[in-house]
Amino acid sequence: MADRPVLDVRDLQLHYRTRTGSVRAVDGVDFQVQRGEALVILGESGCGKSSLAKALLRVLPRNISHLGGQVRVDGMDTMHYSEEWFRRNIRWQRMSFVMQAAMNALNPVVRVGKQVAEPLRVHQGASKAHAQHRAREVFELVGIPPDFLQRYPFELSGGMRQRAVLAMSLITEPDLVLMDEPTSALDVLTQASIMNRLKGIKRDTGTSFVLITHDVATSSELADRVALMYAGRIVEHAPAETFFTDPAHPYAKLLMSSVPRLRQHERPQSIPGEPPSLAEPPAGCRFADRCPQAFERCGEDPPAFNVTDEQATRCWLYADGGTS
Amino acid sequence: MNATAEATAPEPILSVRNLRTWFTLRQWGFFKAGDVRAVDDVSFDLAAGESVAFVGESGCGKSTLARTLLGLNKPTAGEVVFEGQPMSRLWGPSLKRYRARVGYVQQDPYAALPPFMNIAQILAEPLKIHGVPRAEREQRIDNALAEVRLTPSSDYRNKFPHMLSGGQQQRVVIARALVLQPAMLIADEPVSMLDASVRVEILELLNRIQRERQLTLAFITHDLSTVRHYTDRVFVMYAGQVIEQAPVDELIDNPHHPYTQALLTALADPDPANAHRDREVPGGEPPSLIHPPTGCRFHPRCPKMIEGKCETEVPPEFEVGEGHVSECWLAPR
Repeated sequence: MADRPVLDVRDLQLHYRTRTGSVRAVDGVDFQVQRGEALVILGESGCGKSSLAKALLRVLPRNISHLGGQVRVDGMDTMHYSEEWFRRNIRWQRMSFVMQAAMNALNPVVRVGKQVAEPLRVHQGASKAHAQHRAREVFELVGIPPDFLQRYPFELSGGMRQRAVLAMSLITEPDLVLMDEPTSALDVLTQASIMNRLKGIKRDTGTSFVLITHDVATSSELADRVALMYAGRIVEHAPAETFFTDPAHPYAKLLMSSVPRLRQHERPQSIPGEPPSLAEPPAGCRFADRCPQAFERCGEDPPAFNVTDEQATRCWLYADGGTS
Repeated sequence: MNATAEATAPEPILSVRNLRTWFTLRQWGFFKAGDVRAVDDVSFDLAAGESVAFVGESGCGKSTLARTLLGLNKPTAGEVVFEGQPMSRLWGPSLKRYRARVGYVQQDPYAALPPFMNIAQILAEPLKIHGVPRAEREQRIDNALAEVRLTPSSDYRNKFPHMLSGGQQQRVVIARALVLQPAMLIADEPVSMLDASVRVEILELLNRIQRERQLTLAFITHDLSTVRHYTDRVFVMYAGQVIEQAPVDELIDNPHHPYTQALLTALADPDPANAHRDREVPGGEPPSLIHPPTGCRFHPRCPKMIEGKCETEVPPEFEVGEGHVSECWLAPR
């Protein structure tokens, strides 16, 4: 029980049907999230990270051509079950979420307190009084004064609304909270104070987090482990300590040097070129044509190689360092 | 690169004095209910060829300041003097000339480009409006595309904005701002919608153009770390006012105003240790711009507030270093 990951994803694939053919937004993704752990899924726009979130939550657009692989939540493979079962047993109950720009998703004509309590009322059939009581508790947890429960969304600032949505995601006491760019629309100070809250919640409640973001600096605020996505795949998976100081994959290295830092005198460097089309990804390594270290072997598709016990990367440079 | 400020002649290209841009709030569409003091008593000078950044959180008035400088909002009081001409006296043809001299780079390139026009049409539009003869237009469009490195220009001229990546779209926005050969460029969060790896490209591009053309470049941003290598001086704004200004390295190494200090502390550099320590963040929210706090506007959130002083008296400008000015009562001690 203790060793069983909260979320175990194997070979997840999500392909879209478009006019120009199939787009492989998520193309064979594996990762695990342990209890009380925060995994950051880092990637630039178009790498498939938001599609990954959709696939995990099964909130899918209509033009899906293929959804495959395993998503095990606390040991149960959810892919075998119906949408109705997933809604009843997993969504909000085991796994809740904070979507991108979620602060704009609140209903403008319903008081914030009622909306925040809604998952509890709907999914656990809680009484009004109990739901309001819990709403007060989670508001405290995210740092909003309880009298804000009676207000309407427009009476709250952007940061407050984002916190309210975070409170909503915590009210059912889920095992795991999935967050897609939870702070990227917010100011630096608000961002920092929300990250402080998240650290506190993770420490105190033992909730697991999956944080999906493009922001390297913010991701380092919460991460225990980092999975770096590129063109629909995870190209590096490492503990935060290693990832932010000594990443293995050439893309990870370049990405780290492209991050502007306040307390550093070297200028950041850009990565020339653009990510490949996900409609026709290259047969070999997907980063090869932008990679300064590419060699003949990169024409073949690299599997994940272990660099150390905990760090794995999809790059032929590490082929001798061990096998997957 | 940071030495440009003192090397230039004393005559500034842009001089802003006690600028106020207030928006009147009306109740029932009629009664005056108050003013939103978006920009409230801002003064500064920019030298020709200088690159500066206005830094602050949303709602601090930095975008309103940009729009006022562009002539899109009318100032309530104060004066903006550009190349020796007071803006309040500009109208018709002279205002049009002013707009050709000041370029604007918008935040969201996708929203800033009309989706139904191709790149050549988009770049021709300002030239048409400003009466550039047809024969000259094509050459100017090609030059502008070459300057933002969208080459060969024939590959891009007939494309529509949606066919370009975010970085390429932003290059088109920059090309459009440059096509009239302005003396000054105002870039409002030019890279906040772009990915990390593309951001640097765009910033390097702006930086190169600024140096080559000796442009005055004003960044408006909430994130100092992205522009720190591309700017000479920084103005920190809070609640409609500039509360601190300094050369960029000086500001980062020796921030004086407690708000600036808080802002810099909140900015994370990627570091695995971040996950194990909380950041110091001042409590509270930015104040209302309708009823701003008395005295120093940061006093309700300030950890170093001086009782009996900060909440009653407005701090004047104190010189705390070379070219470093802070509006904080801690300075005289």
